[in-house]
Amino acid sequence: MRDVAVVGFAQRQMQDFDGSPTCVELLVPLFAECYEQTGWTRRDVGFWCSGSSDYLAGRSFSFVQAVDAIGVIPPVNESHVEMDLAWAMYEAWLKIQTGEVDTALVYAFGKSSAGVLRRTLSLQLEPYTMTPIWPDTVSLAGLQARAGIDAGVWDERAMAEVANRSLTDAEKNEYAVRKGGSSVDELLARPVYADPLRKHDCAPVTDGAAALVLAAGDRAREVTDRPAWIRSLAHFVDPMSMGTRDLTRSPSAQRAGEACDLDGVEVAELHAPFSHQELVLRRELGLADDVRVNPSGGALTSNPMFSAGGIRIGEAARRIWSGEAARTLGHATSGPALQQNLVCVMGADH
Amino acid sequence: MARTLSAPVTVAFDYTRSTGPVLGRFLGGLREGVVVGGRTSDGRVVVPPPEFDPVTHEPTQDFVEVADTGTVTSWTWVPEPVKGQPLDRPFAFALVTLDGADAPLLHALDVASPADVHTGMRVRIRWREERTGDITDIACFEPAPDAAEVAAPREPLRTIDPVTGIVVPVELDYLYAASPEESLFYTSLSQGKLVGQRCPRCGKVYIPPRSACPSDGTPTTDEVPLPDTGTVTTFCIVNVPFLGQRITPPYVSAYVLLDGADIAFLHLILDIPAEEVRMGMRVKAVWKPESEWGTTIENISHFAPTGEPDADYDTYKQHL
Repeated sequence: MRDVAVVGFAQRQMQDFDGSPTCVELLVPLFAECYEQTGWTRRDVGFWCSGSSDYLAGRSFSFVQAVDAIGVIPPVNESHVEMDLAWAMYEAWLKIQTGEVDTALVYAFGKSSAGVLRRTLSLQLEPYTMTPIWPDTVSLAGLQARAGIDAGVWDERAMAEVANRSLTDAEKNEYAVRKGGSSVDELLARPVYADPLRKHDCAPVTDGAAALVLAAGDRAREVTDRPAWIRSLAHFVDPMSMGTRDLTRSPSAQRAGEACDLDGVEVAELHAPFSHQELVLRRELGLADDVRVNPSGGALTSNPMFSAGGIRIGEAARRIWSGEAARTLGHATSGPALQQNLVCVMGADH
Repeated sequence: MARTLSAPVTVAFDYTRSTGPVLGRFLGGLREGVVVGGRTSDGRVVVPPPEFDPVTHEPTQDFVEVADTGTVTSWTWVPEPVKGQPLDRPFAFALVTLDGADAPLLHALDVASPADVHTGMRVRIRWREERTGDITDIACFEPAPDAAEVAAPREPLRTIDPVTGIVVPVELDYLYAASPEESLFYTSLSQGKLVGQRCPRCGKVYIPPRSACPSDGTPTTDEVPLPDTGTVTTFCIVNVPFLGQRITPPYVSAYVLLDGADIAFLHLILDIPAEEVRMGMRVKAVWKPESEWGTTIENISHFAPTGEPDADYDTYKQHL
């Protein structure tokens, strides 16, 4: 295996992006930041991979025009996934492992506010017996939250504790759409929305884009003295039927964690768009009590579709670059109620 | 104030799906008012039946009928239903384990408020009056009295005519925004002007303007007014009728390279017999009456020949 590190990260997160769903105008400054961080030009990038969705954009081949932000003369080595940035990164990591390229810039974008996000996402469900009744994302998460409450695995107070900590931490995150913690009691006094979920238990609809830069071996050391080396990377998926899953568990997250070496992780950025999902993930990954979870505020405070998972990896990498931590974890999820999960463990040089 | 133009747009399409033997039997059952489950290798009865056994991966072949009454195993309140959901007023989504089944089915539960639903409550299917063989044959669940007899006997399976295909209509509503550069283009069109942008690095002029030069990724900055005259670079004669067509075929759809632009754009060539349109032909925009102008390229009705001599091939060969 080649040593590959995360050496660049740029992001934008906002409630309502006043621009086109191609997000080209959002991507251009992100790439500029990545070039500045690395000292590269676009010709130093060996492979490009993006994440986006036509359903979110309301237009076909939504990723094609985004390539304008790269420029294609001379032609670029480019790919696309209909998945979160984290999975685009996985493809790029594999590409680097093949030895074909040494560097990659991966990006993702989405204007969630263009449609009704929770409804649009019904189209990722089983198409015969689920999509025709349009079960929206918030409802599916509500069923999961209730299942855990009824089973005594978590309660509304534990969910409010997650929300309060996230909102408090987000005060230091310039990109967070929602921020400002108060107290658990104050959050619990707020009205229930999609019973048993309150609004602060659900990630806000967020527009945005993000980019990550990967480099192998010496190419990474040229960029920074302290690259965030990818120590392990794994992803798994659970069955798509909600009825046959134990909703209080996430076996795919557990397996992804098991496939990685989580020992010594100090900071974990978990992609949990609903407060109870952080509790599920924490348990499935077996994180110790002293692991700092989501110091960025996490997805509960801003959750741009197709970028939010990759942003977790970027945020976890940043803690290594800054010297704040020696070993961190980034996690991304996709699909309803934590159906698909990716875990990426990063470490500083020894 | 928004810096971009936006407009509502609806994207709608019908997915036509073949069902296969397992879901076909399940949906055929619904058409007859019967719920069919599948028995998996671990002895559980799952509804809807899985097409393949989750453990052995063998096709599901052991089918049973289950009752149309059951128990709520989880639920959530839907305060603001979205289009297409089974009920258009606030309702609950519920996971319901039907009597005789071991795994729950997801569907709507028609109750007036969250106070009227609880885990463990007894419910029954409210069937749609006219059933066609899809999941919406179950209109929703409704509360049922706490019956003494919980597990319904599994009668011998009646003969079910399987459904072979379903049509799933999908309709999505968006507020579609143009980029700032495109917004400038459309705003200019409403004033009868064509505006492109020049890449500050390679000097190419793009129309409609784009947020970045597709050649080198540089943000485009300089606005460039362009004339409404140009050259046909390539074209096709449309002979095939299609849904939504506005002109009777045959007619010509062509790439027009405006004078001073580096990218051609698509428009109609009319006022000339289709067979006389040619590469290199000089054309000029025919604008609709000003009173009909909006922020749209349709302000230009079409392009028509100017009668000038054809352009030299060398002047447009780089743009084919």
